[in-house]
Parts: sequence; C-alpha cells; structure tokens
Amino acid sequence: MTATLTKPASGPEAPASADVVQPVSWRGPITYAVLGVIALMAFGVLAEGGRSSILGLSYSADKVQLAPLEVPSRTVAILLSLLCLAIAAYSAVKTSRGRRTPVWLGITFGVSFIFAFLCWAIAGTGGISLVGLLQGSLLLAVPLVFGALSGVLCERAGVINIAIEGQLLAGAFLSAVVASVVGNPYVGLVAAPIAGAAVGALLAVFAIRYLVDQIIVGVVLNVLVIGVTSFLYSQLLAPQQNVLNTPDTFDRLKLPLLGDIPVLGRVLFDQSVIVYLMYATVIVVHIALFKTRWGLRVRAVGEHPQAADAVGINVNQLRFRNVVMGGAVAGIGGAFFTLGSVGAFGQEMTAGKGFIALAAMIFGRWSPLGALGAALLFGFADQLQSLLGIVGTPIPGEFMLMAPYLATIFAVAGLVGRVRAPAADGQPYVKS
Amino acid sequence: MTVVTEKEPSPEPSEPADDRPQRARRGLVAGPAVLTALSILLALAVGAVLIIVSNPEVQEKASYFFTRPQDTLGAAWTAVSEAYVALFQASVINVEGSSLGQVFRPLTETLVTATPLIAAGLSVALAFRAGLFNIGAEGQIIAASIAAAYVGFTWDLPIVIHLVVAIAAGMAAGAVWGGIAGLLKARTGAHEVITTIMLNYVARFLVVYLLGLKAFQREGRTDPISPVVAPAAELPLLLGAGFRLHLGFVLALLAAAFVWWLLARSTIGFRFRAVGANPNAARTAGISVERSYTGVMLVAGALAGLAGVSQVLGTSGYLTAGVSGGIGFDAITVALLGRGSPVGTVLAGLLFGGLRAGGIGMQASTGTSVDLVLILQALIVLFIAAPPLVRAVFRIRTKGNVGVGQVSKGWNA
Repeated sequence: MTATLTKPASGPEAPASADVVQPVSWRGPITYAVLGVIALMAFGVLAEGGRSSILGLSYSADKVQLAPLEVPSRTVAILLSLLCLAIAAYSAVKTSRGRRTPVWLGITFGVSFIFAFLCWAIAGTGGISLVGLLQGSLLLAVPLVFGALSGVLCERAGVINIAIEGQLLAGAFLSAVVASVVGNPYVGLVAAPIAGAAVGALLAVFAIRYLVDQIIVGVVLNVLVIGVTSFLYSQLLAPQQNVLNTPDTFDRLKLPLLGDIPVLGRVLFDQSVIVYLMYATVIVVHIALFKTRWGLRVRAVGEHPQAADAVGINVNQLRFRNVVMGGAVAGIGGAFFTLGSVGAFGQEMTAGKGFIALAAMIFGRWSPLGALGAALLFGFADQLQSLLGIVGTPIPGEFMLMAPYLATIFAVAGLVGRVRAPAADGQPYVKS
Repeated sequence: MTVVTEKEPSPEPSEPADDRPQRARRGLVAGPAVLTALSILLALAVGAVLIIVSNPEVQEKASYFFTRPQDTLGAAWTAVSEAYVALFQASVINVEGSSLGQVFRPLTETLVTATPLIAAGLSVALAFRAGLFNIGAEGQIIAASIAAAYVGFTWDLPIVIHLVVAIAAGMAAGAVWGGIAGLLKARTGAHEVITTIMLNYVARFLVVYLLGLKAFQREGRTDPISPVVAPAAELPLLLGAGFRLHLGFVLALLAAAFVWWLLARSTIGFRFRAVGANPNAARTAGISVERSYTGVMLVAGALAGLAGVSQVLGTSGYLTAGVSGGIGFDAITVALLGRGSPVGTVLAGLLFGGLRAGGIGMQASTGTSVDLVLILQALIVLFIAAPPLVRAVFRIRTKGNVGVGQVSKGWNA
C-alpha cells in the first residue's frame, strides 16, 4: 500500500520503478532515536550507580585464559546509549539528504543497544559468561536457521511455506525414532530430512498440483503434523519409551586449532555436527541461489514465472523440487530438537519455532545470509533470557520471553519497512 | 472467497484443465455438501488406518498375520469401530444413558465445546473475507479472557450489568489485540500473518506474567490460577445445573447472525468484501483500504474475544495460562471448513466441537489418543480444499462452487 499506488506515475519525467519514487523513510531514524533515548534513560541515567557488570570471556578448561571483563555498569551503559543516539543523529542527517542509512550502522546500533541493556541487566550480579551466551545463542539459532533456509528455498521459487513448523516437528520425530531404533544419532540425522521432505512433498502436491491456497495448506499441514506426531507419540512412543524414544545426542566435536581461539573458537568451532552442517547449508544455499544457473532459474520462477516458462524452464517442476528440498532442509533442523539438545521426542516440542523461523526469513529479506543473521538474533534473545533468569535481573522473565516477538513486530513494522517478497510468491502458476 | 478453484455454469461441458480423461464417463455429480461429506469420510478412513497401525492388539495379532489373517483383521475392525463408536457416543447421543438427560448430555457438551470455536471461527472467517489472514485469534482470546476475568472477579456490580460489562471488557480487549495487527498493516504494511503470530506469543507470556501478580492470584493457591468470577458475571446456564451449556452458545449464534448481516447487508461489510476481492479496485472506487484493514481486525478481534469471554465467564469460570487451549488455531480450520460464510462457520464449529468433545470421551473409554481429532480436522480441511483429489478417490464429478479457493494474499499484498 505504498503512496505510489495512489498516484500513478505520469509524464516522461516520472521514473518507471516504484523503488525510485519512494522517498527514504523517516521511520528508521525515529525508531533509532526513540530506542536511544530509552536506553539512555532506563539503562543509564535512571539506573543505580556504583555497580559493576561482569562478563566472563573463557571457561576454566580453555587453553588460553582471559580475565573476565568487569566494567562500571552505569558509565558504560551511558556511553553506549550516547553512541546509539549518535547513530540516530547520523541516520537523521542521511535521511534528510535523501540517503539510506547503511546496514552496518544499524548492526552497530543493535549491538550497542544490547550491550547497554546487558550492562544494566547484570549490574551488581555475579555476571554472566559471554562465551556461554554466544555459544547458547548459536545453538538455539540452529533450528531457526534451517527453518528459515527452508522458507528461502520455497519462497524464492514462489511457494509460500508456512509449514516450516510441521517440517521441523516431523524431522524431530523421525530422527528420534530412527536414532533410537538403530542406536546411532547420525543415522537419525539422515532420517530427519526424509520426514521433512515428506511434509514438503505434501505441501507441493496440494499447492502446485491442486492449486490450493498456499498459506492454507501450510497452516493445515502444521495441524496435521502436530496431530500425527502427537498421536503416534502417545500411542507408540510413550508406552515403549526405552525402545523408540531414547536417542543418543550428538557429541561436541572440537575442531583442531580453530577450536582453541579464545572466545570465538569455543563459540563457533566447539559444537556438534549439526552446527557445522548449518554453516555448510547456509553457504551452499547462498552460493547456489546467487551464483549458479540453477539459482537464477529459481529466482526467475519466483519473480516472473511466465517469463521463466517462456525461456523453457518447467516452472511447476522446479517449484515442486524446491519445496521438497526446502522440507528436507527444515527436517534437518528438526533433528536438532531431539538429537541436538533434549535427547527425546516430546509432543509439540518445536513450540512455534517454525513460525519464528518464518519471521527470521522475512526479517532477513528472503536471503540465506539475512536469515542467518535474523535467526542468530532470535537465538541470542532466547539465550540471554535464560541466562538472565539464572542470575536474577530487575525485569520479569515473561517480559524477556516476550522481547524477541515484540522485536519482530517492531522490525517488521518499523525498521525494515516494507519488505518485498519474490513477486510471484504465493501465486500458483497455471500454464495458459 | 473471491476466487474459487472451479466455476462451472453447467456440469456437462467444459471440465477444468487438470481433470483426467477418465472423467468423461458419466458418474455421480456432487455438490459442496456431498463433497464435504466425502471429505469427512475420507478423513475418517485415514484416521482408521492410523488407529489400526498404532493399536497394540492389532500389532500383536499381526505377528502371525499369514497364518491367521482373520485375527488381525478382526482386531483391526474392533479397534476402529470401538474408537469411532466412542467418538460418536461422546459427542452426539449416548445410547447407554439411563435417563433422557444422560442420553443427550454428549450433545450439550458438543455445543459447549463448539461455542468458542464458532466465535473464533467467525473472527477468522470475517478477516478472510477482507483478504486478511488472522492467525492471531489465539492471542485475541487470551487478551479478552484476561480483561473479562479481571472485571468478573475484581469488580462488584449489580446482576446483569456486571455480566454485560465483563463481556464488553473482554470483547474490547480482543478488539484491541486484533486492531493492533490491523493498524500495523494499514499504517506500515507489516504483514498480518507475522504480527498476529507474534502477538499470540506476547499474549501468552502476558497472561503468565499477570497470573504471577497478586491481583490475579487466587487466595491460598500457589499455582497460576485466578479467582473464580463473581456469580453476577457468570454466563447463565441454559439447561440448569446438570449441564454445562451456557448463554455463550446463544451469543455465538447471535455473533454469526451479526456477521451475516455485516457482510451481506451493511455498507461497512461491502467495503470489507470489496477490499478483500481487490484492494486496488476498492481504492479506486474511493474505499479507504487502510481503514478497512483496521476496522475488520477490530471486529475480528472482538469476535475472537467473545470466544475468550465464553471460556472464562461460562465454561471454566476462571483464568489460567492455558485458557485459549489452541482454540485460536482450531478456529482457522473451522473458518476454512465453513468457507468464510457465517452459516458454514457455525456448522463447521459444531462438527469440530463434536470431534473435540468426542475425542476426549474416546480417549477415556478406548485409550485412543485424543490427538486423532487433530488429524481428522486437518485432513477434512485438506480434502475439502482439494476437490480434484476427492473426485479422483471417489470417481465422481462435482458441480457448483466447491473448494476453498484462494483466500489469502501473498506477502506483498
């Protein structure tokens, strides 16, 4: 519903593309400024002085020991808030000149804001471990990344994938059962994408073959998978818990050399196989989508299927394959719930993570790297919440739990502005 | 329901392109009602397969299937028939009841369960008609429950007035929760699917937080449970103390009548439908699309709010964290099955209410998990949404406007 729609461009001087006409939005600088003032007042000026915040930088078992970082809470929070406000001012200047604020500034803003908050939240407590915070964030982001990549694969080809939740859940279920029966979690990891792909195939059949509304199929498939897994859980798994639902979990694999880097080594290279698989998947999907002929075709089908068809691409076949592939990717993410963390399947254990993955995909503007970033942000918020719950903070845990969802609303409505999905996303293609 | 997958003026000539050649031969011609019935039948058949596969008795007998196949088949038949008979008896008529009240009690339980499904289903259906996908009924139900329960157990008002105020407070809270999503859509273009999902989570954590506060704690309890609402704020029982059926059911039916009037007879409803059919055309015709988005989500939120109100002021009488109990998500399937029409939504709500009520009875008496009901619900909607599939299975042809069609818009809408 942009302003450009109401005023059709007329005359030769009117630019053809809607993007050019659209003025740079003031939403960004205003949001920055409001958040900056909130940070300055709440975390700095109004906070209790004379306390310090401690961030642990290494575990006691690490080869390289770093002393924990101890800073005066209020001073640092004020400094970081001022940095936030400076960015807001710079962004305002940019906007007044009709320029966009660079992305890295937005990221800097986010990091400063979060650390200002962190300084305030952990002031006067025993502190939290930065390594634990980042390591946990990455781990919690794993299913979100796989789920969001599933969304990217489907939606770049023009099929809306609301069924990510169901694909994750199916992957979690089958991987747990297979890993338990075989007695090897790695076999379970092979089974997970099969379950996800099966859900993807159902989505493809109904959305592409029977032209059913894609959002509807997605929502209904979620209900179906929740129903089937819960039903089989209570009928089969629960009575035979020992045989069917006690998979081993993945061991941590510390990479040589890389794993010994202070802080980052622990965070990035001392993880289980599924995390390394996630790195690989993000890179592969990114390269495949933007650097290969296949990727060009996928994007063409998602943006303008008629044109793609005209040059000889089989639109519906490509969509079908992508949706099944997307399902498989999400299925791997599902294995994280059972083999990567809990070690047993539980009813509805994905608990809405598929929808968060969907939000991460949109937040990341339908790109694999953007989705990764957004998923990491959600993972960070989740992990921060659980760590702060342990050390005890001034704010109730429920509000911390709400934070990522509120942040998503903010992001979708405020900072990101109108995100643009692939043009043919959600529209079935019928060859005429 | 703007676009329907098929439009056939006469059943004879032009068949849609995706039809198989075998359809040329003459067969049964089925309308939407028959198609719905067949979809339910097909869903029950798939459900039967799941019951058979997961039944321990059948598994045991299947180990010697090739020597005595009749044992396996017999056990399978017993498992399926017992489960479905229990489902029926717990949702419609209990033939083993000793008194008339006992015989018809399951039917009243179905109505009780259907009440919030109808109200929330109307919320989703109305939003569909305006081209919006309201996944947020869950959050709207919670918001409404909080407000209605708070007014119900905190304030002290005379009889009738208390009930009216509590209902109004609940529906207003639901309207606000829905309206936020509508306003964000109108003002910023934020997609309602994302915002409503996120608002669901916010509401879910909000109710947990509030139940931890003194103002919402029941005296002498440590678990998160609110005080019981005052008798003056309770929805009166319709059939006396022996049955749980309360005034909420009547309110849900009135809401359905209201939605029918709104969509079919009012100017506002016409605007909603115009925006749903084609926002650009509506805008050209001078309709404010933005105002319609906000408006429709306000009304949808209030309708979902009615579902929450009927739960806390009627069925349960108090507020817990699980007050919505997935009603908001079931409401989506109800609205889809009802094809966006108020009458259809009521019927769909009754069917799924029956399945829900019956599923609990089925689990109690036969041990078949109540989750089977979720599977049946999803399959019914899936089959109804894809008429070609049902046609292919039953080898029939369909006429008239069948199928769920394209109701949602892509992210860019």
